[in-house]
Amino acid sequence: MERSSQRLAYGETIVALGAENPNVVVLEADLGKSTMSAMFQEAYPDRYFEMGIAEANMISTAAGLAASGKIAFCSTFAVFASGRAYDQIRQVVAIGKLNVKICGSSSGLSDFGDGSTHQAVEDVAIMSAIPNMTVFTPADADETRRAVRAAVAIDGPVYIRVVRNDMPTYTKGEFVPGKLSELRPGDDAAIVAYGAMIEAAMNAATILETKGISARVINAGTMKPFDTAGIIALSKQVKAIVTAEDHSRIGGLAAQVAFALRQSGTPMDYVAIEDKFGQSAHSVKELMEHYGLTDTAIVNKTMALSR
Amino acid sequence: MQNANEIRLLANKIRRDVVEMIGFKGQVGHLGGSCSSAEIVAALYGSRLRFKHDDPQWDGRDKFIYSKGHAAIAQYAAMAEVGYFPREELWKAKELGAMLQGHPDRLKTPGIEAGTGSLGQGLSIAVGMSLSMKLDGHHDNKVYCIMGDGEMAEGQIWEAAMAAVNYKLDNLVGIVDRNALQATGFIEERFNTNPLGKKWVGFGWHVIEIEGHDVDAILAAFDEAATVKGVPTVIIANTVKGKGISFAENQVSFHNGALTKEQYDIALAELDEKIDAMS
Repeated sequence: MERSSQRLAYGETIVALGAENPNVVVLEADLGKSTMSAMFQEAYPDRYFEMGIAEANMISTAAGLAASGKIAFCSTFAVFASGRAYDQIRQVVAIGKLNVKICGSSSGLSDFGDGSTHQAVEDVAIMSAIPNMTVFTPADADETRRAVRAAVAIDGPVYIRVVRNDMPTYTKGEFVPGKLSELRPGDDAAIVAYGAMIEAAMNAATILETKGISARVINAGTMKPFDTAGIIALSKQVKAIVTAEDHSRIGGLAAQVAFALRQSGTPMDYVAIEDKFGQSAHSVKELMEHYGLTDTAIVNKTMALSR
Repeated sequence: MQNANEIRLLANKIRRDVVEMIGFKGQVGHLGGSCSSAEIVAALYGSRLRFKHDDPQWDGRDKFIYSKGHAAIAQYAAMAEVGYFPREELWKAKELGAMLQGHPDRLKTPGIEAGTGSLGQGLSIAVGMSLSMKLDGHHDNKVYCIMGDGEMAEGQIWEAAMAAVNYKLDNLVGIVDRNALQATGFIEERFNTNPLGKKWVGFGWHVIEIEGHDVDAILAAFDEAATVKGVPTVIIANTVKGKGISFAENQVSFHNGALTKEQYDIALAELDEKIDAMS
């Protein structure tokens, strides 16, 4: 299956938006060649602001631009966007409901070489805990394009989580913010996943089929506002739910689904990072395997619930 | 637009409102830092800031960011005086559901450009606003940002300072309300952020140092800033924390403190005397 880049999709979409809307501006903190915001600098240099290696200032400057009527896209690595500039996002952008759209790039373990300091295992949790924030976790490059456009249509701050590496395309059709979407039908169990774990979820569903378990794959393209109602509805249609994410089990999809199922009898389990930091590896595949973020793990958890 | 005498009067009216807002029923308020910036705030709202009090979103306006957001009550008092909202709102400040919050709130209060309160961020916000003005061709407009001298310890101030010079933001005027005190004591003793002037010069800003309660000097500094091309300007205003209220001047306890009935009465009497003399 052909693989494509969420980062490139981000860069291309903000350039397209730049053509459509003169109020779109883009800010960067020296990572434009990685986040692909550099594409916007090529196209619209007057509306591109290199802020230097100063993420806090970047976000607050974006706030000032947004308060002046601009739609400000900022990007940096997810770990710095959600961590280093957290206070700036919370105190001015979120409380003030400003149109700052933040792309957290190279999220999860996808920056396999750089190690723990560059691997955001808790960014969805952090961003989801902020009121007024929207959190998109697009499944592939195509969904990234739709999510970036959806972000512009939202009045207020949006965090968009993308990964470093190319991935297969599974989504089609409309991206509906705040709603789960079905990628594969199934009746026995449901695997709910986002981002880099969609591929593992789809592979797991194929494997489960050979074992006589019909597994539905659900994409959680929006982590905030989380589609709690969608999970409750899902719980009435399947006998077990397993979540999968390249993120800590704390404050991410596992937590959101468990919360949604709190008054339901449907059993659930999860595949996630067990409250640990990442580390360096020579490939994302071996890193994901090391942290148990695999189709095998999803298969095993699903089978355990299906007995 | 007010003249220097009217601005002096407005500054004392701001102080009087601040005292009344804090009251004597045990509520705490940032009296010291509000009084130290009274002349600067009065000069801005009374004379230099371009705005329409009944159209806070007017796109021809200048922008003002009170980065030392804890002293918001001075800004609120000035805004009430110039008609952004009814004076009655001042007495309801910090009540549950009030328009006026403990620190400036962009969504709850008309005329507040951006939230401040987490120190060190206001200058960056001002940078963004200056960039936007230049992008949109609003070459006659300015962005003003008042910061505290304790706030100079925040690293982000210096990130913004570098950005402002990189982007040649000569439409940006920073003002440091240098009242020499922070919450825990004298800045020189607790955590010395001086020498300030040299630091700002080092970062490439045009620096003007003035006595911060001298209205003529404040206005002259704004005039000078308007002539500076290619670099931003910072006005380092040497002020007195708690200025205008005898028992509060240079007192750490009034960074954020309550007033007894006796203190309240003394403060109002002192300020009323000044106001009457100026009216």
